[in-house]
Amino acid sequence: MEKLTQVTSIPASLPDANIDTDIIFPARFLLITEKRGLGRYAFYEKRFDADGAARDDFVLNREPWNKSSILITGDNFGCGSSREQAPWALYDLGIRCVVSTSFGEIFEANCLNNGILPVMVKQVELAALHEDAGCARELTADLVARALVRHDGTRIPIGLPEWQSQALLNGWDEIDRALKEDCEHTERFEIFQRETMSWLYDNETRHT
Amino acid sequence: MNAQTLYDKLWKSHLVREYADGAGLLYIDRQLLHEVSSPQAFAGMRSSGREIRRPNSHLLVADHAIPTRRPSDGRIPNEQARAQVQLLADNAIEFELAHFGMSDARHGIVHVIGPEQGFTQPGITLVCGDSHTTTHGAFGALAFGIGASECERVLATQTLRQTRARNLRVCVEGAFTSGVFAKDLALAIVGTIGASGGQGYAIEYCGETVRQLSMEARMTLCNMTIEAGSRVGLIAPDDTTFAYIEGRPNTPHGAAWERALDYWRSLPTDATARYEQEIYISAELLEPQVTWGTSPDQVVPITGYLPDPSLQECEMASKKIARALAYMGLEPAAAVEGIAIDQVFIGSCTNGRIEDLRAAAAVLRGRHIADSVQALVVPGSAQVKRNAESEGLDRVFIEAGFEWRHAGCSLCVAMNDDRLAPGKRCASTSNRNFEGRQGAGARTHLMSPAMAAAAAVTGRITDVRTLLQGRPAGQGAPWKS
Repeated sequence: MEKLTQVTSIPASLPDANIDTDIIFPARFLLITEKRGLGRYAFYEKRFDADGAARDDFVLNREPWNKSSILITGDNFGCGSSREQAPWALYDLGIRCVVSTSFGEIFEANCLNNGILPVMVKQVELAALHEDAGCARELTADLVARALVRHDGTRIPIGLPEWQSQALLNGWDEIDRALKEDCEHTERFEIFQRETMSWLYDNETRHT
Repeated sequence: MNAQTLYDKLWKSHLVREYADGAGLLYIDRQLLHEVSSPQAFAGMRSSGREIRRPNSHLLVADHAIPTRRPSDGRIPNEQARAQVQLLADNAIEFELAHFGMSDARHGIVHVIGPEQGFTQPGITLVCGDSHTTTHGAFGALAFGIGASECERVLATQTLRQTRARNLRVCVEGAFTSGVFAKDLALAIVGTIGASGGQGYAIEYCGETVRQLSMEARMTLCNMTIEAGSRVGLIAPDDTTFAYIEGRPNTPHGAAWERALDYWRSLPTDATARYEQEIYISAELLEPQVTWGTSPDQVVPITGYLPDPSLQECEMASKKIARALAYMGLEPAAAVEGIAIDQVFIGSCTNGRIEDLRAAAAVLRGRHIADSVQALVVPGSAQVKRNAESEGLDRVFIEAGFEWRHAGCSLCVAMNDDRLAPGKRCASTSNRNFEGRQGAGARTHLMSPAMAAAAAVTGRITDVRTLLQGRPAGQGAPWKS
């Protein structure tokens, strides 16, 4: 995973509540088994008309927001399906930070596993950020300083837990870390569970 | 020792290690893998050269991309779908994992076959790269949806780092009235909590009503938990649970069954345990529910009316309603009953089980669907299909004008051959009425199987209770021509 320390960009405003992962990445593109190059399908129904032409009424199709790395979204962004294609597509589009009052929980975890910083803010802060985005005012997401820094220098704290911050800052591969740090713990757990709940080991699936 | 909730017990019994910030490393007992969220996980395993820690704890099955009209030569016509389904089969061979192919008698939707096989058991942790993994919580399992990266992590390490959820108790008392089902309860709960209200919580469904529900109905209830924003929906295991799973292929037998049973009986929430939040619902007051908008919490009783954006105090709420009505092509303040539909879909991991098919067939018996309607019934698994056929339910559906298909996710998610054209309106037993969920521009109204069957008969959203009063076919609603 690529490291993420600081992102500066004119943010794009997607104010609707409940933008689900079906909107972020429509289901018919889920037949693609690759995880790279999915940016072209992001928000497909919103970005393109029936003939595949870019729609002027969608913010990410317009200057200067077509180069945004930060999305200011509505409540419950990324709710619904667990499809990791949603953050993969956003990342491919250049998005490194999403801001909302709340996120779909699986989407939020998927962002953190792919170098995208989800920032939860208060409703009043979100309203200010939407206004900033609409006025094309620059925003910095500074993970080192744990703050969103607005154009006028005002700061909104980033309340991400320490271990998730460290994973993003260092670009950690979580599986590598787990294999290095947790294996002994896992082995001990399995020995104990096998003794106390042997049926979980005697009734497994079988490759045939 | 402190009194614990069911969730607390499941959490503690799977805690491999605890971190300073309160997060925990959870051991994962079982994983279901399907063709959409697993290819990238297997590709990651392959490129990193990592080994699967516990191969026999996984089960692979393709459901999302599967055509429900099975090709006679077994070859999926859509090239992309064929490649995706084949990739799952190839990965099963390469990594030596259990896999049910499309023609296997045990094939079906992940959340239907897990319980059918006894793969799903009380007291376990179970994950799947699918948000509706909440379904398995009906057995008292800590089951939740994850992303593809996490699927890979479980393959490699059998663990996930998780934040502990708070406890939310939804207590339901009283009996359902005629024509009201678990789906109506689930929709009403989502409407009450809201699409994000359950975030950060594990929801436990309690109360006499829940105790009386069959396993099929409990699965419907837990399935929809994610639509309230919570990844975990739980019901304490009881004799209904044990009777369902006893004797299934992957459940313990003999002495092991007895030991497991002792353990499972210790799982229900302690009498003095505390929940951070509680919600009470009276089942007697529930009417059949229908969604009108583009989020599952935009739901009204069948006797209700659509909201009017101009009457909202908050501008944001007003805009949200106006946007949903515009997408759905509906007028503010209109009655929900009577909205004309083009399509009916009965199936999915929410309502594709035998009881669901029975409930729909009870409405359809001796009736025919309206001329304007195209109707599809898709059993959740090959076993559900066989059971339904042995009861003659397939004949009821076919004689009513439904298409009787093979198991798969079908019209719940527009990534297989079953899709709606733009602007088409569907009465659907699935779980999501999101924009484009059943096809770009398609409009979805979520409801119970009985309500979907009633809509099929009249061609309009209809109060199924009027059709259940023993009236002759077609005369249950005044607009039937």
